[in-house]
Amino acid sequence: MYFCIPNNVLELMSQKILLSAKEIDIILNRLACQLIENHTDFSETVLIGIQPRGIYLAERLRYILQNKYEINDIQLGQLDITFYRDDFRRREIPIEANKTTIDFIVENKNVVFIDDVLYSGRSIRAALTAIQSFGRPLEIELLVLIDRRFSRHLPIQPTYLGRQVDVINEEKVLVQWQEKDGKDAVYIQNN
Amino acid sequence: MNQLSVQHLLGIKHLKASDIELIFNTADHFKEVINRPIKKVPSLRDITIANLFFENSTRTKLSFELAEKRLSADVINFSASGSSVSKGETLIDTANNILSMKVDLIVMRHPHVGACDFLSKNVDARIINAGDGTHEHPTQALLDSYSIREKLGSVKGKNVVIVGDILHSRVALSNIYALQLQGANVKVCGPKSLIPTHIESLGVEVEPNLKKALEWCDVANMLRVQNERMDLNYFPSTREYTQLFGVNKDLLDSLSKKIVIMHPGPINRGVEITSDVADADQSIILNQVENGVAVRMAVIYLLAQQIER
Repeated sequence: MYFCIPNNVLELMSQKILLSAKEIDIILNRLACQLIENHTDFSETVLIGIQPRGIYLAERLRYILQNKYEINDIQLGQLDITFYRDDFRRREIPIEANKTTIDFIVENKNVVFIDDVLYSGRSIRAALTAIQSFGRPLEIELLVLIDRRFSRHLPIQPTYLGRQVDVINEEKVLVQWQEKDGKDAVYIQNN
Repeated sequence: MNQLSVQHLLGIKHLKASDIELIFNTADHFKEVINRPIKKVPSLRDITIANLFFENSTRTKLSFELAEKRLSADVINFSASGSSVSKGETLIDTANNILSMKVDLIVMRHPHVGACDFLSKNVDARIINAGDGTHEHPTQALLDSYSIREKLGSVKGKNVVIVGDILHSRVALSNIYALQLQGANVKVCGPKSLIPTHIESLGVEVEPNLKKALEWCDVANMLRVQNERMDLNYFPSTREYTQLFGVNKDLLDSLSKKIVIMHPGPINRGVEITSDVADADQSIILNQVENGVAVRMAVIYLLAQQIER
């Protein structure tokens, strides 16, 4: 006797939850506090969400900083790195660019890059080049929610991190956000 | 979709609506790039582009060259005057000689219709048509539509009149294809002698009265009278042309709505439009020039994306 298992069920079977909404909330609050420790009133600091998925984390952190810690006027930008990637003409399906919104100059500012997952480090390498189009920052830090350690291709490490995970290359870390995907969660998917 | 359906940009005729949408979305990003303090991205640093201009050009050539440099491509320029073309070298030999220098992409302007199409079939490089005779000038039409989209929000459903020398204009033909592909309504207006016969077969209406055409339209694209392509006298005098088909401020002010004025350049001030119209706030002529760089960056980027390593 054969059972037909729908694809979506199969998908669910091959993914496990790494962080729940509650755990994400705790981590975000901790990351916000760590940012305050180093940047106090953020007058010389700008937050840069890396497109496409770092922007949700960046927005969330700014929301916590503003509403819980009453730090207003935080400068927040969105940086797309598509035109700075090192795999142009090397991908079968080209990547479509996203919007860059940086309405300020980063000259002599402390820049905090914010992304959801740090994997090979190549996106951050591209972001380090891209940000130079907006001035010469005094210092650049990196904040990530998930650090896939042991999978780096470049000597890049996060300054602030939510959770470190050891996953094999065939596995994918999927971060979901309430405003984009309907709920907050982090999964490890087995492809 | 994030890839063009074509390998070369020979004309708008070969494009799909989704190609134009992709080019415009990509151009939006490049427009942001060219307004940064540092206006350059490294995407095409291993691509070499040859600009072959067998016909005079100022803004198109500058615009392409700037677009290529903003993308970090290596650029070589070639003009027919002062080259071996005057010694009798054929087009294909010229192109092949240049290709031997490992060129990946060719931007070509040529006085003969179909020259780019011919080149694309005979040389191993991506070709962008920068104007072939009286046939097509696809990047101009793309930047024109892009400028309309930017000014009015969308091209779909808009009424656009192309005024002037339609017969000799590659801008007109490319614009007709591009506008119709995006769902705009197109009319042409000009002296009967400068309207091609059977133009109605393209789905374009001819409106001989300029005032009526302007009352109907949202956008008027004013073309230059191309004296250099005229082997006959197509109208009795420039003065008469200006009286019947020239736009001045009084005419614009007499219309029941504010229309957008475009011109692909170079302008013959006082002939097809007066200076006060060219410099009026409803004219987007200089926006067209800025958008030209962003749109050309998008076209070059998207074609270069397909070049195998």
